[in-house]
Amino acid sequence: MHSMKLELRINSRAYELDVDVRKSLMDLLRELGYTGVKHGCGVGECGACTVLVDDIAVDSCLYLAVWARGKNIRTVEGECRDGKLSAVQEAYVEEGAVQCGFCTPGLIMTSTAFLEKNGDAELSREDIKRGHAGNLCRCTGYQTIINAVETASKK
Amino acid sequence: MFPIQKYHYAESVADAVQALAADEKARIIAGGTDVLVRLHGGNSDYGNLVDVNGLAELKEISRDGNGNIFIGALATCSEIIEHELIRKYTPMIAESLNTIGGPQVRNCATMGGNICNGAVSADSACAALVYELDLVIEGVNGERIDSINGFHTGPGRTSLQRGDILKAFRVRPENYEGFQASYQKYAMRGAMDIATIGCGVALKMDGDRISEPKLAFTVAAPTPIRCSSAEEAVAGRALTEETVEAMTRALLEDVRPRESWRAGKEFRLHIIKTLAAKGLRMAVAREGGSDA
Repeated sequence: MHSMKLELRINSRAYELDVDVRKSLMDLLRELGYTGVKHGCGVGECGACTVLVDDIAVDSCLYLAVWARGKNIRTVEGECRDGKLSAVQEAYVEEGAVQCGFCTPGLIMTSTAFLEKNGDAELSREDIKRGHAGNLCRCTGYQTIINAVETASKK
Repeated sequence: MFPIQKYHYAESVADAVQALAADEKARIIAGGTDVLVRLHGGNSDYGNLVDVNGLAELKEISRDGNGNIFIGALATCSEIIEHELIRKYTPMIAESLNTIGGPQVRNCATMGGNICNGAVSADSACAALVYELDLVIEGVNGERIDSINGFHTGPGRTSLQRGDILKAFRVRPENYEGFQASYQKYAMRGAMDIATIGCGVALKMDGDRISEPKLAFTVAAPTPIRCSSAEEAVAGRALTEETVEAMTRALLEDVRPRESWRAGKEFRLHIIKTLAAKGLRMAVAREGGSDA
């Protein structure tokens, strides 16, 4: 099976890789050490593997690694800068939106893309729910997560 | 890793057609939200892939001087939902795509894939049927235009031939100008679920009379369908209780819902009638007509 050469950036760091075409972006990222990208369902239902491809949220388990050619991939590892949490991460902490933590990196990325796109609009809790419908959390019951997104939207 | 046996990255539409024609088992991969799920499940029917993601010309959404709207087969659900032309002229396409999966899926999934995989439950199929989309297809004998009517030939089956690739959908102005339309999806969950029944209605009003009614269903028969008997039953009539009743009676000649673990046949019939009546009232109300 052949591989393809690709240049891409991960959290703004440049990579030049030879990638097996059978590999998902999730597998590639985890092999490179970005283990904040979680392997949940593997079929695009749980959102634990959510990353941003050129600022658009995708399930990295349903995304061929070779499609990342020329793109900038954002994972949770890149959201904390100079030891300082992002506004979204801070809000998750403040609102107690993290329990077991498995879904958190994916949710942080979904919230980040959602707020970067819609942050200036007046957001209802229903809007937030719709914007996070692709991420499952089995601990929190979601209320604290919605609270966190509301809080982050005001930061 | 996905059990991909052969992988061809298409450099042009002609290259994709050639690769598809050369290998009987080759399948197109576009957004990947269906194909990669099947591969993940070990389905060997999807082992030989022709990747069309490099074909930027298949992503365009535009409107020509004659009012024809073109939606590239590779445009993602999100790109279509957010596009000004679609929101303005064919909002039901956006409305129906917005019910697919969740945000991450809609950011990758394409309308081309939603129609071409032949799913009986495809959310965009109702919109495709009521707006009577034309399909711009490139095949071994060059370009041709097929109608969405007759495109779905069975569960998971379409009229696409070996070597064919869908390039774009075309919506002709006579099929959207002056129409009010609505899509309703009945599913067990509010998101991340496939339709138990999907219902699309489009119509015009001529005074208080319904004209050019178009009614389409998914999961109500072995393919997405238009409902000619029900359409006939409401054409030229005002929206009254009698009209709604005549429509739901006529509907029984159009639909053939099945019994499955998702829902029983009787339940599906109930949902079909309920959605049709609701959809008719919604479309008339959007047109500014009075409700029954």
